[in-house]
Amino acid sequence: MTVSIHPLKKYTRSHITRTTTCPGCGIGIVSQAILRAIDELEFNMDDFVFVSGIGCSAWIPSPLYNTDTLHTTHGRPIAFATGVKLGLPNKNVMVISGDGDLAAIGGNHLIHAARRNINLTVILLNNGIYGMTGGQTAPTTPRGLTTITSPYGTMEHNFDITPMVVTAGASYAARWTTYHPRQMTRSIKKAIQKKGFALIEAMSQCPVQYGRVSKLGKAVDMLKDFKVNSVKINKARNMEPEALLGKIVIGEFVDIEKAELSEECMNLRRKMMEAM
Amino acid sequence: MKKDVVFVQGNEACVRGALYAGLDFFAGYPITPSTEIAELLSRRLPAKRGKFIQMEDEISSMCAIVGASLTGKKVMTATSGPGFSLKQEALGFAVMTETPCVIVDVQRGGPSTGLPTSVSQGDVMQARWGTHGDHAVIALTASNSQDVFAITVEAFNLAETFRTPVILLLDEVVGHTRERLVEPKAGEIDVVERLKTSVPEGTDYHPYLPREDGRLPMSDFGGVHRHHVTGLAHDMWGFPSNKPDVVYGLMHHLIDKIEGHVNEITRVKEFFVDDAECLLISYGSAARTTRHVVENRRARGEKLGLLELQTLWPFPADLVRERCASANHIIVVEMNMGQILGEVKKVVKNPDGVFLANRIDGGFITPADVLNIIRITQGKGV
Repeated sequence: MTVSIHPLKKYTRSHITRTTTCPGCGIGIVSQAILRAIDELEFNMDDFVFVSGIGCSAWIPSPLYNTDTLHTTHGRPIAFATGVKLGLPNKNVMVISGDGDLAAIGGNHLIHAARRNINLTVILLNNGIYGMTGGQTAPTTPRGLTTITSPYGTMEHNFDITPMVVTAGASYAARWTTYHPRQMTRSIKKAIQKKGFALIEAMSQCPVQYGRVSKLGKAVDMLKDFKVNSVKINKARNMEPEALLGKIVIGEFVDIEKAELSEECMNLRRKMMEAM
Repeated sequence: MKKDVVFVQGNEACVRGALYAGLDFFAGYPITPSTEIAELLSRRLPAKRGKFIQMEDEISSMCAIVGASLTGKKVMTATSGPGFSLKQEALGFAVMTETPCVIVDVQRGGPSTGLPTSVSQGDVMQARWGTHGDHAVIALTASNSQDVFAITVEAFNLAETFRTPVILLLDEVVGHTRERLVEPKAGEIDVVERLKTSVPEGTDYHPYLPREDGRLPMSDFGGVHRHHVTGLAHDMWGFPSNKPDVVYGLMHHLIDKIEGHVNEITRVKEFFVDDAECLLISYGSAARTTRHVVENRRARGEKLGLLELQTLWPFPADLVRERCASANHIIVVEMNMGQILGEVKKVVKNPDGVFLANRIDGGFITPADVLNIIRITQGKGV
């Protein structure tokens, strides 16, 4: 009998045999995209430090990925990662967390890290709801949706995260859905290699909580919905705002070069040393 | 004038002490009356091969220093009451993950925005119980620039020795009073470096398994050992666990490593304590006023003594009980409603003989404020 081992198994801790995700969750697709990107770039896991917050998607690296992993308080992984990156400027520091963690309670850190243009790769999984706590309204929940904490429908407008991070100053930002794992992998590769703040917003299905309240159904139905409702950014630029209602704009939103913080810190230190 | 004598604020003495102790990384946010610490470090740290970052808020400053500490750096942040409140969650994370760091709180009047430019000592209990859950913590204080320098070095030493956050409770008067500081030469005060693991690469490393002496050697992020750090209850590898026996061991370890070393952590200064009939207990800038009163009255032959606490947490219960045993009256002098008074009452034989001399209006406590209480204990009335 031959034993087949998953090609990405080498990147995970061997004693972690169970994940915390529900059946049909999009986390598996995003996690594979991350590990495939690392694999295709021929990076070693030791080249990375992973930082995550609280919520379902924070459990992607924590404690599964076999390297230094930091599982922080709710909303703060980017703030912790800022300290890690300045302490270890030569490591790739990747933050993996959800929309509630990074865009609600941690929204301030997200935009400020983008403004600083510190060399972090942030994978933000957006499922439009608080999954782990049982399906409450998130700042990413579409207006009007009925959830456990919006029994009469949400009255608030939702965040459009990727454009917000672009405006805040990110060097690289892209949005894909779990229906687009290959494109997502390519973008994650670019994000890792980008010298500067890079965001990947991964629209991800949560059939157990979001699928239930949105009546979108099970995982496959939600993936089909991603397929039908996704619009490439080039096409979206020529569309009327009304036509884009309910659509998911996907693709690369920004890809630029500019001064990066951890390198600037090293430059300052060098300058000070030379002056002494 | 000799070169190593400077005329500085307490906040600057703290900065000089931190650099003496080997500070590598500072993250902060502007807040009165602690801002000078960030200002001075933004200028001096890069010249000392360190890094300074002004974060977007108090929360992220605390998080950033914990992140940097895990990479092997000596780290510090500085704030005042409102900011100290915001740092509490991440402070608890540092307690749980046993990450060395120093948090300076230059106390001002509270609650809330309170009195931003006035003195207070109202954060003593917040230092003890500010973050949620059962835990132990180290909090130090000092009353003048010379002591601030030394106690800042101590704060870093204790943080490294016990792998714990150490809170440095200064106050507005200590922070802003300009006075003489004789800067110690290198080597004059011991500096404790981080205890790194000697476990070789490829061998199982337990980041949370204490050695026989109770210390936990660390492995930096990016080092030869890959490890997991989480705020969840965890086993000796750092992996999440909710097994009752594992959690029991963790909780007792976190508390015992500090509460079980009170004598090692305790720093006090004593003035005429041995034969004091009336013993005054004070700390921080309030101890300056108290010392003035004690020395004046001693000159008149009155048997007053001062026990100046520099370690507030863990509270030096045995030492305080012993020093108080032979005094007729105990007066606790502090600028709050009796946060240390309660601790003293808890440990002495006769709690009814412990009195409070305090001030909570933003004004600095005066000798008259203390003398009024002394007169009452002497049966003289005010």
